[in-house]
Amino acid sequence: MQIKVMTNILDSNDQVAAAVHERLSAAGIFVINLLGSPGCGKTSLLENTIAGLKNEISMAVIEGDLFTAKDAERIEQYGVPVVQINTGGGCHLDANMVNNVLDSLDLRALDLIVIENVGNLVCPAEFNIGEDVKVTVLSITEGEDKPLKYPLIFKQASVVILNKVDLLPYTSFDMQAAITDITSINPDALLVQASCRSGVGLPAWYDWLKEQIRIKQARSM
Amino acid sequence: MHEMAIAQGILDIVLKTAAENDATKVTGIKLLIGQMTQIQPESLQFGFEALSIGSIAEGANLEIKIVPLVGQCNSCRQEFSIERYCFVCPHCNSTSVHLVSGRELTVEYLEVE
Repeated sequence: MQIKVMTNILDSNDQVAAAVHERLSAAGIFVINLLGSPGCGKTSLLENTIAGLKNEISMAVIEGDLFTAKDAERIEQYGVPVVQINTGGGCHLDANMVNNVLDSLDLRALDLIVIENVGNLVCPAEFNIGEDVKVTVLSITEGEDKPLKYPLIFKQASVVILNKVDLLPYTSFDMQAAITDITSINPDALLVQASCRSGVGLPAWYDWLKEQIRIKQARSM
Repeated sequence: MHEMAIAQGILDIVLKTAAENDATKVTGIKLLIGQMTQIQPESLQFGFEALSIGSIAEGANLEIKIVPLVGQCNSCRQEFSIERYCFVCPHCNSTSVHLVSGRELTVEYLEVE
C-alpha cells in the first residue's frame, strides 16, 4: 500500500524556529543568525559590533561551538550577556538548541540578539533557528571561488560581509569575481567590504544594523 | 554531516505516518530532494540505515528524486532553469526572480504493509 505524505523533512525544526521567532519578535528583538567558515571573522565582527554600538543598542550573544567556550569568553570581556551552546560535535545549531537557552536571557532588556553559528559553510544554511535574517561572513583568505561552491549560504543571507580586505594586497583574491558571483546568486544581499582589524567598512554594517533594529521595534509596538 | 539530522527527520515522519495508518512494515520511502539543498544521497542513506535499525522502517528502500533548480521571473513571468546559481532572468535580465523548485526536502510517499 502506498501512503501519500508530502511533508517537509525540516517541518519540526521550522515549527520550533517559528515559535522562537514569535517570542523574540513579541519582545521587539532583532535576531541575526551569523554564518561563515571557521576563522572568517565572525567573532571579530561581533567584538567590533559590540564595541561600536554598545552605547546605542542593548545586545546579547548566543555562541554556537562544537566543544569549547573560547568565543563566549572573548565576548564576555565586552560586558554583554552571552550564552554558550555546545553542539558536542554537531555541525550546526538547530531551533531546539536556541529555544532551550532563551530563558537564560533577560529578553525585556534587549534590542538585538546575535546567534553565532558553528563555523561551517554547508550545514547551518539548511536550519532556521528563529532569526530575522542570516548574515554570512566570507574572508579574503578563503578565496573568491567560495560563493559558487557553497551557494546556499550566500543565497540565504541578507548581508554578506567580505572581511579582511586589509589582506587584499597579499593575496590573489579577485574582488570583482567575488562581487559578480555573490550578486548573481543573491541580487538582494547587501555587500559590505570590511576589515575587522582596521575597522574599515564597518560603519556601513552598523548603519544597516541600527536601521533594522529601528524597523523591528516600530513593528512590534 | 547534517544528513544525520535530516535522516532523523525522515524517520520521525515515516514512523508517525506508519503508526497513523496502522502499518506494520515500511518497505519503501520516496524523497524529493531539491538541487539547491546540500544533501549527499550516500550519507543520507547511511544515516537512515543506522537510525532505522530495530524499527518497522529497518531495511526500507530509500528512493531519492532530485528536483531541478527552476526560477520564474517576476517581471516577464518566464520560467527557466537556473544555471551556475545565477538568479538573474536570462530573458529580460531582471534580478527579481523567485524559486519554483530546487529547495525541496520532502517525504513524498511511503510503501507500507
